[in-house]
Amino acid sequence: MTDKELHISKIENGTVIDHIKAGQCLNVLALLGIDGSDEESVSVVMNFSSSTVGSKDIVKIQNRELNQDELDVLSLISPNVTINIISNYEVSLKHRVQRPEYVVGVLNCPNRNCITNAKEPIESKFNVKDEVISCEYCGTHIEDVTQHLS
Amino acid sequence: MRECLITTKGLSREEIVEVLDHAEEIEKNPTAHYGSQSGKIIGLLFYEPSTRTRMSFEAAIKRLGGDSISMGPVENSSVAKGETLADTVRVVAGYVDAIVLRHPKEGAAKMASGFIDVPLINAGDGAGQHPTQTLLDLYTIRKSAKLDGLNIGVMGDLKYGRTVHSLAHAITKFDSQLNFISPKGLQLPDNVKYDLEKSGTEIYEYTELDDILSTLDILYVTRIQRERFPDEEEYRKVSGQYRINKKTLENAPKHLKIMHPLPRMEEISPEIDETKHAIYIEQAHNGVAVRMALLDLMLKS
Repeated sequence: MTDKELHISKIENGTVIDHIKAGQCLNVLALLGIDGSDEESVSVVMNFSSSTVGSKDIVKIQNRELNQDELDVLSLISPNVTINIISNYEVSLKHRVQRPEYVVGVLNCPNRNCITNAKEPIESKFNVKDEVISCEYCGTHIEDVTQHLS
Repeated sequence: MRECLITTKGLSREEIVEVLDHAEEIEKNPTAHYGSQSGKIIGLLFYEPSTRTRMSFEAAIKRLGGDSISMGPVENSSVAKGETLADTVRVVAGYVDAIVLRHPKEGAAKMASGFIDVPLINAGDGAGQHPTQTLLDLYTIRKSAKLDGLNIGVMGDLKYGRTVHSLAHAITKFDSQLNFISPKGLQLPDNVKYDLEKSGTEIYEYTELDDILSTLDILYVTRIQRERFPDEEEYRKVSGQYRINKKTLENAPKHLKIMHPLPRMEEISPEIDETKHAIYIEQAHNGVAVRMALLDLMLKS
């Protein structure tokens, strides 16, 4: 078994998120709401040396096929990620992420006086289609999304 | 007319002018509009104190032949038991034809409008927006001059002043210049500046009124609130620099009009009240005609 195989052994079914900006894989998991409390098995490779992009991170999630809406959220922190949906050890679908217009329930508004931080039955909603990311309720801008993950 | 009025950001020039024109009609011939909303009831949900906004909405709906019901003070309502805003508006929406909401949290009106099917008017959401104040401000400006080709100064607490945020967005729909005068730390928030710049508006910022006063047609003064400062001394120092009295206005153009959303504390000396510059009391009076126009248009649609 080579070193490479040790790092990233194949999964039977699930999702492989490749070409994550180096150092961002834990934020990817946070954005996807994956914290190990569910049953899926998750592999994380950090700072993997790639001949095409230099260093990158990889996340493999066994037995869970993430849908496009969930994955598009990743464009906020790593726009060049590629998604491989794996079935029976083979890539059954390969696609890139697209920046959505809005993300819901993914980011916390830093404005403590925003209604989304009150005890109300709503999720946060951020407009991410412009060059700035802004709270749909109070208009507050966010610069570094990794500082405001729910 | 749109179903809800949450912010001035998305209002078009045409929509603004439609309200102002209707307010003008109402002011010219008020009896012609009495009874036009007979039988309609608006619900007033005020989670924060209010005099002008609340009373002028009440006067407006009554002059249109309708009526209002009110939640009353927060401490006497189910809010005191911990009821969410979402639940309160859903319940009240079943009693009324429209809701007028004032709430201390930014974004409250937008959230509330998502839970109900009746029109909702934002009467102030924290440091966010106060769009009906802006409509009456614009009506007042138009009555005293016009809405295009003006040099407008906005002075005071621009960071937390919701009337300022709403006015600034609305003025971008007209061909007038905006100048912002405030102490450092109370300047226009970045997100408001971003929106203004994105709409093609150039922003001019000053810390001294004297640097711009002689060129202004309108000076819109807002209150600098004590609670925005860490200590009394700092507040006194800063608020003292932004006070208008006869001496301050020595170099002001004769035609300069001074506005204020009220209540004022010490930022405009009473000695200004009797000068031709002062139009803030008239401005507050205009709230009834403008809110009549708005309710009439919204309830009709």
